[in-house]
Amino acid sequence: MSFSLLFVQGLNGLQFGILLFLMAAGLTLVFGIMNFVNLAHGSLYMMGAFIAASLYNFTGSFWLAAIGMLPAMLLLGLAIEYVALRRLYDRDHLDQVLATFGLILFFNELARTIWGPTPYYMQVPDALSDTVDLFGIPYPAYRFVIILVGLLIAAACYVLIHRTRVGMLIRAGSSNRLMVGALGVNIKLLNSLIFALGAALAGIAGLMAGPIMSVQPGMGEPVLILTMLVIVVGGVGSIRGAFLSAIIIGMVDTFGRTALPLILRQYLERNTANAAGPALASMSIYLLMAAVLALRPQGLFPVKNG
Amino acid sequence: MKPSPRMYFASLVLVLLGLVPIYAAYLGEPFYLTLFGRMLIFAIAASSLNLILGYGGMVSFGHALYFGIGSYVVGILASHGLLNGWMHLTATVACCAIVAVLTGLVALRTNGIAFIMITLAFSQMFYFLFVSLKQYGGDDGLSIGGRSNFGSVDFNNGTVFYYVCYVTLLAVMFAGFRLVHARFGMVLRGSRSNGRRMLALGFPTLRYRLTAYVLSAMTCGVAGMLYANLTLFSSPSYLSWTMSGDLIVMVVLGGVASLMGPVLGAISLSLLEEALKAYSEHWMMILGLLIVGIVLLTKRGIYGFIQDWEQFGAASSSLSGSAVTSAKYDKQGEAQ
Repeated sequence: MSFSLLFVQGLNGLQFGILLFLMAAGLTLVFGIMNFVNLAHGSLYMMGAFIAASLYNFTGSFWLAAIGMLPAMLLLGLAIEYVALRRLYDRDHLDQVLATFGLILFFNELARTIWGPTPYYMQVPDALSDTVDLFGIPYPAYRFVIILVGLLIAAACYVLIHRTRVGMLIRAGSSNRLMVGALGVNIKLLNSLIFALGAALAGIAGLMAGPIMSVQPGMGEPVLILTMLVIVVGGVGSIRGAFLSAIIIGMVDTFGRTALPLILRQYLERNTANAAGPALASMSIYLLMAAVLALRPQGLFPVKNG
Repeated sequence: MKPSPRMYFASLVLVLLGLVPIYAAYLGEPFYLTLFGRMLIFAIAASSLNLILGYGGMVSFGHALYFGIGSYVVGILASHGLLNGWMHLTATVACCAIVAVLTGLVALRTNGIAFIMITLAFSQMFYFLFVSLKQYGGDDGLSIGGRSNFGSVDFNNGTVFYYVCYVTLLAVMFAGFRLVHARFGMVLRGSRSNGRRMLALGFPTLRYRLTAYVLSAMTCGVAGMLYANLTLFSSPSYLSWTMSGDLIVMVVLGGVASLMGPVLGAISLSLLEEALKAYSEHWMMILGLLIVGIVLLTKRGIYGFIQDWEQFGAASSSLSGSAVTSAKYDKQGEAQ
């Protein structure tokens, strides 16, 4: 395997990891702080992608689509939280799983009704359709921008969580929710805020994934499951853990798909390798998760309490 | 025990289920045998999930995994020309047990949200495994050439097969009843209410929970094996996350931690789906909203509703009283 292939695959892994982080950042806060199982996070991602794609095809401008999508997602997040999820915070996890499962069915069918069952296309914006030159190796500009934007958002999240008053309350909420409430902080407002923030981040992930993956009903669930892996591996409730484990999972998945079949081919005979390669590759991240859980059930980078 | 209205109702449902083949033969509609056979099979699967979800407090969001393994065991063995039913059954139970022990050991190290996500992840892992097995149909699934051969019990005869499912369901319910009320079930329910206290009392709760998990997986595998015989098809969609979700919906809709609940849930969800499908092309949207509504508005499913109604009618019986207290204990455990 040549160096340039390795380099490009590394960037692809990073880019995939960044997308996963955008999903995981919102979800890990909802899991960690509200102790709430939100399976509908994938639906928010899907709705973000659809809203952005429609706005893009309507206005013809990627930036307008991005600007229009954000408030729409914030509103959608607030609306879902207000109508359904707010009533479920005190219920047990089973009820939460069930209600958000119902929401998934609803949103998937809603998207199918509005936008049709076939994939909905979203072009890469013209300004970014070229390649950029990285140390003499060409790389698609759009994917490179995803990496940059993702890193920027990760940095912004870090500042928000660790350097601002709101972030302090969020962290305090994740250690001891009752105590924060007793100290006079409006926990309900904080919850809505976190939820809307998560919805906006999922929307951004959907917007950026739109041009490189197909926008279609049901696109949220595969991503949701990977996001859950990221959260479990990183440690529930930890933004830093979500970031690091998203990169790890993105890398392992990408290299598992490209490198593993090549490596197997060197050691096994061709037919066996061709059969085992893709199977093992698609299982690689799950095996990683199983290994992490067997050794560190609390995740690799858990939140430090007290 | 004095028979309560609830028991009359449960017996009525079970007797009616037993009469379905006669009704189908009378109307000349073999379609009913398939429809209700499917309900029975899902009732078996939901009952198996109820053992760990209802009595054990382990919310497995990946139980379709074992359903899928059961159906693929039949599919793969049949594609190699092996149709011996006892072999199918042994292989199904063995495969489910092995997978359940391995995944259970990892998954049971966690609790709450993490357990839900890990069981989901494991079932997805096997989903992708079966999708990538091109020699066994991959994405498209696997058509099964012939049904499991159990000698004189002919699975090709619709009525016989229906009664096989029916008897299996009754056996699963009876075994579940005995298990839950035995010492094993007490320990299992105890570790749901307060695992730490059970540990302090000297019970190795992990072993009990793992045993329950494996038993439940094997039962669900048998349901999958029956389902493959019903549809003559094994598809990766049998172990998709939506199937796991459906199983949870059945258990909760019917009533968690009750013997009859999963059966009622399986029947009512299937009937609801059929009715909505006939009503609208976008039935999933309505079903999704209904599920959200049911969760928001009800507490303990259909069977719980019947229990409440019974209490309302007569002076409260000691049995349902204990169910209420255990529900209270759950809330306390959640708050801690």
